Amino acid sequence: MHAFWLALRNLQRNRRRSMTTLLAMVVGVCALLLFGGFSRDITLGMQTDIVQHSGHLQIQRRGFFMYGSGNSAAYGIRDYGRLVAVLRGDPVLRTMALVVTPTLQLGGVAGNFNAGVSRTVMAEGSIAADQSRMQAWNDYGFPLTSRPFALEHTAEDAAVAGVGLARVLQLCEPLHIQDCRPGEVMSDHPVAAASADAPADVMALAALEVPAGRADSTARIDVLAANTHGAPNVGSFTVVKAEEQGVKEFDDVYLALHLPRAQRLVYGGDEPRVTALEVQLRHTNQLPAARQRIEQILATQFADQSLAVLDFATLNPFYGQTNSMFSVIFGFMFVMVSVIVLFVVSNTMSMAIIERTVEIGTLRAMGMRRGGIEALFTLEGLLLGFAGAAAGVVIALLLAIVINHSGLSWTPPARTDPVALTVRVWGAWEQIGMTFFSLALVASLSAWWPARHAARLSIVDALRHV
Amino acid sequence: MNAILIEQLNKTYKLDSVETIGLADVSVQIAPNRLTVLSGPSGSGKTTLLNMAGCIDRADSGRIVIAGQDTARLSDNALSDFRARQIGHVFQTFNLLPVLSAYENVEYPLLMARVRADARSRRVMHLLDAVGLADKAQHHPGQLSGGERQRVAIARALAMAPPLVLADEPTASLDSHTGASIVELMRRIQRERRVSFVIASHDPQVIGAADEVVRMRDGRIVDSGPVSQREGA
Repeated sequence: MHAFWLALRNLQRNRRRSMTTLLAMVVGVCALLLFGGFSRDITLGMQTDIVQHSGHLQIQRRGFFMYGSGNSAAYGIRDYGRLVAVLRGDPVLRTMALVVTPTLQLGGVAGNFNAGVSRTVMAEGSIAADQSRMQAWNDYGFPLTSRPFALEHTAEDAAVAGVGLARVLQLCEPLHIQDCRPGEVMSDHPVAAASADAPADVMALAALEVPAGRADSTARIDVLAANTHGAPNVGSFTVVKAEEQGVKEFDDVYLALHLPRAQRLVYGGDEPRVTALEVQLRHTNQLPAARQRIEQILATQFADQSLAVLDFATLNPFYGQTNSMFSVIFGFMFVMVSVIVLFVVSNTMSMAIIERTVEIGTLRAMGMRRGGIEALFTLEGLLLGFAGAAAGVVIALLLAIVINHSGLSWTPPARTDPVALTVRVWGAWEQIGMTFFSLALVASLSAWWPARHAARLSIVDALRHV
Repeated sequence: MNAILIEQLNKTYKLDSVETIGLADVSVQIAPNRLTVLSGPSGSGKTTLLNMAGCIDRADSGRIVIAGQDTARLSDNALSDFRARQIGHVFQTFNLLPVLSAYENVEYPLLMARVRADARSRRVMHLLDAVGLADKAQHHPGQLSGGERQRVAIARALAMAPPLVLADEPTASLDSHTGASIVELMRRIQRERRVSFVIASHDPQVIGAADEVVRMRDGRIVDSGPVSQREGA
């Protein structure tokens, strides 16, 4: 106790130097925690985005994720209606799952044959009301305005296209898309003319899908897809809205359809299937338990189908890669801050030891052991470290509040609309604890080396020091 | 039993490549419960001998026995513990810890020895009273005069009630009047507490107060004995 008492007094001896050291630590801790809070915000924002669009878990036919994107018809889940009913009715899952909804992913060619244009698309058929409910998920309290799924309350043949796809298909005018001059490029282009001369059988199939009294001013498209037998099938759709998808490559191919129409396109008159069941949970931390329960159900009641349960991180490798990138940057910053703290504290303690060499000799003459001297100076470093880290945590929390209320916004990668710039320091207790204890430890280790040197000074030489 | 028994002590210092003899074949016996002064001109070896006797420096060869303990046989930690229990140190420049009050400076050796709080408090106040500074217990060294600081240093040296107190030029940083009062204090304390005081000094006031004087020159003892005997001789 007396060493602690003396260490505390000694730190107050040269207040300016102690404050400078503390300041260096505060800046380091703040930088780490604010960056950590920012990256946590991005991570949770990405997670929210993913969970809103495709849920926490997906049940798919085994192999669909790796090999099924080009042949979704081959990976359809049979008897999915019963599976949905079982999952929704399960007493264990019911407490965790908010939404259980089927989706059908398919690839095809969408064409606006009136304009003579077409392109490949990645379409997804879903139940609009379920997707709207999923888009309301906001477990981390982001300042987001929940938007209903654009297909909700639309006709069965409605579709939502990515803005990029709508531009390519020259649907700018009916969909009121900015920065788009329909026909300027494509109408005179020889390829466009060729596209207009679509195969006769395709045109015939498309004609069958066109409802009577169709107005030319509407954004009509025809989607060609291969059915389960490998034959082409065409569906005609009205694009009711174009929505920006964030990533241009996806924006240029995105097409959302109502599930029954998508199923008709792929399965025709056969038993309709889906490629995935999306399960959205109340909280992400319920994922392991929910997954275990679903796997139990699949093994006991649906063992005749080879089904797999995939979580959102597996389905979205970008999520894991982004987290890894931030972890690496955080680690790099941590090393840099630790090195700065190490040098600052080490320098402070070395200066203190030089100034107090006679005192060291006196304490040794009074009977203090070498270990006592070592402990005394290490304790000073530890106190500096703890005080600096504690002040850093408090200031970082205050700065986070200021930033979160500053009204700043930014547009993260893969998003289309700006979001509030927020940093999540409060609640990140593991990160706070790790930063706090690590830097305090670095500070005490920084003090330990000069302290060790001080303890090994010759008593007589120390007493003679001027 | 002698307070200190020194036999054939040798110490050589090396400054760059030049060897300097600190002590050469020094043997002396310091009687217990006496005020002994090591005197001699600068460089005579009195401080070196005091450092050896205080166990804060090691000899090249020879033997030092304090309170029956051969100090050469002790490890560094054991020697530290031995110093804490057996030897009090008083320095020329007082060497008080500036961040601590007079009370806390005297208390510090007791804290190191983990003496209980109530016993510690009684002991500190008793010692500060003995050196005439009970009313300045809460003053920090910067608020005390040179003489007062040296009184605190003496009280600190006595905190653990050691049988031996070593003082290196305790009056050298003080004016003659203050120096005289410090000498008088040490003399009184030595007699009252029956402590062995060994003082390295060439101050005539200190030599005049001594029971015994050991005269040194060039690292050797030239003569030693009771002051009255020597004066008589």
